Amino acid sequence: MKKHINYLVFIILIILFPIFVTENYTLSIGIFAGINTLLAMGLSLLMGYAGQASLGQAGFYGIGAYVSAILAQKFGIPVVFSFCLAAFVSAIAAVLLAIPALRLKGHYLAVATLGFGEIIYIILNELGPGGPSGFGDIPNISFFGYKLTSSREYFYFIWGTVFVLIIFSYNIINSRIGRAMRAIHDTEIGSSAMGIDVSGLKIKAFILSAVYASIAGSFYAHYVTFISPTSFSLFQSILILTMVVIGGASNLWGAVVGAVIITVLPELLRKFEELDVLIYGLILIFFLLFLRKGIVPTLAEILKKKGNVNA
Amino acid sequence: MLKVDGIWKTFGGITALMDVSFEVKRGEIKAVIGPNGAGKTTLFNVISGVYKPDRGTIFFEDRRIDSLGPVKIAKLGISRTFQNVELYGHLTVLENVMVGRYARTKAGFFSCGFRLPHMVREEREIRKKSEEILEYVGLYDKKDFLASELPIGLQRILEIGRALATEPKLIMFDEPASGLNDSETKNLSAFIKKLRDEKNITVILVEHDMGLVMDISDNIVVLNFGEKIAEGTPHEVKNNKLVIDAYLGEEEHF
Repeated sequence: MKKHINYLVFIILIILFPIFVTENYTLSIGIFAGINTLLAMGLSLLMGYAGQASLGQAGFYGIGAYVSAILAQKFGIPVVFSFCLAAFVSAIAAVLLAIPALRLKGHYLAVATLGFGEIIYIILNELGPGGPSGFGDIPNISFFGYKLTSSREYFYFIWGTVFVLIIFSYNIINSRIGRAMRAIHDTEIGSSAMGIDVSGLKIKAFILSAVYASIAGSFYAHYVTFISPTSFSLFQSILILTMVVIGGASNLWGAVVGAVIITVLPELLRKFEELDVLIYGLILIFFLLFLRKGIVPTLAEILKKKGNVNA
Repeated sequence: MLKVDGIWKTFGGITALMDVSFEVKRGEIKAVIGPNGAGKTTLFNVISGVYKPDRGTIFFEDRRIDSLGPVKIAKLGISRTFQNVELYGHLTVLENVMVGRYARTKAGFFSCGFRLPHMVREEREIRKKSEEILEYVGLYDKKDFLASELPIGLQRILEIGRALATEPKLIMFDEPASGLNDSETKNLSAFIKKLRDEKNITVILVEHDMGLVMDISDNIVVLNFGEKIAEGTPHEVKNNKLVIDAYLGEEEHF
């Protein structure tokens, strides 16, 4: 029971939030926090668990948004299927990125993935409908005739997806596949000697993170109903990285906490007007200086120590 | 069981292995010794598939393995430990051994993500086998520690436990005693013998600790500058003129 307490708290928070918060604006921040959580979770699995850095997550995010939006709007494909097809395209893109990236490590890998993100960004600008100014009238999400319209429905849908994917992710992490992914993070030669196909697993990790980002992108497109390439630029990739680092890359819950903080913080700082960017920067520096492992792992360590003292 | 025949391996202009041949019989403990840079670790890397030899053949149980990669070789039943201990520091002791079961299990990506019944059953089996191995090597009470938290002596034992989890027929130990004190080394040599006797595992050993080598080996291969200069029982090797000149004489290990 104790093991599942965080799931319980999480699901209660999700259920209660839209009941107490009815203001559309605040709800929409909650929805964006959910989208960002999906993005951060994908990167956390790739970077924190499998040990592969990526500065190209916005590329998959963009593919998810554009492919799903175009399929639904121009070809009339039901939105649920357009989500899946977009995820499939992202997975293929992930394999194309992973194959050359397998030879690279650390900073070099980060730069290669950054290049990938830029390529997608340029493609969206040049070939995407509406070019740099984007396009609108993207259909809302609908399930077999039932259309999501209210913010509350969207909130439940995105956070429900997050919840399911957290469980899915932890199932992976605590399985032979996940253990092997974490193993290659620590030593590749020590992993292949145990019969682990290092390259194959890295590709799987890239696919997994790409699919998460793609789902986030599709959701974004059909929620906002208007997209343009600026949402999928390098800045977005860096934001995703920041969420993961702040929350703590070594823990999936860190991705949730980091994404919520990075989404909510700028809104809270609005009232400081011009000073908001400055304060935002200072807070980030504070996190990096004093909570270097990230918020969740640091808290977990403190709790563990307290537990030991009590026992 | 293992037949290494005429292996050559060069790196750039340096010849690390020069026409090395030897055989390992089932149930034997074979030591490979030689001064630093003699090519011992390279030999291990060639056998375990990390490097491909430039020339020569390797047969394992009548199957040619010199062109196979490390993954296939691990699956055939050759496992190893590393000179610099290649454990998974962020994983617990138990998880490290569980990773060793990877090659012997097969639940796929989606079975794992959705915890399908056959995956759950397999996972239970992995855990049970791994805990048994930890009992066997004497690390069960440390199972929830991170591998990086163990002292070096226990890390070396854990590495052996992880190798055992792959159900090997042959284990190659790369300097298992380095970093260990005298009593730890004694325990280790008893443990390696026990593995051979109880689990019927064939052993190849690279080691600098001559006490350990002379104590447990049935047979010794001596390398010097990539070349095999002698092979025989500990007694024969000890008295071999070439060996004494090339290696033992200058360091006075005996």
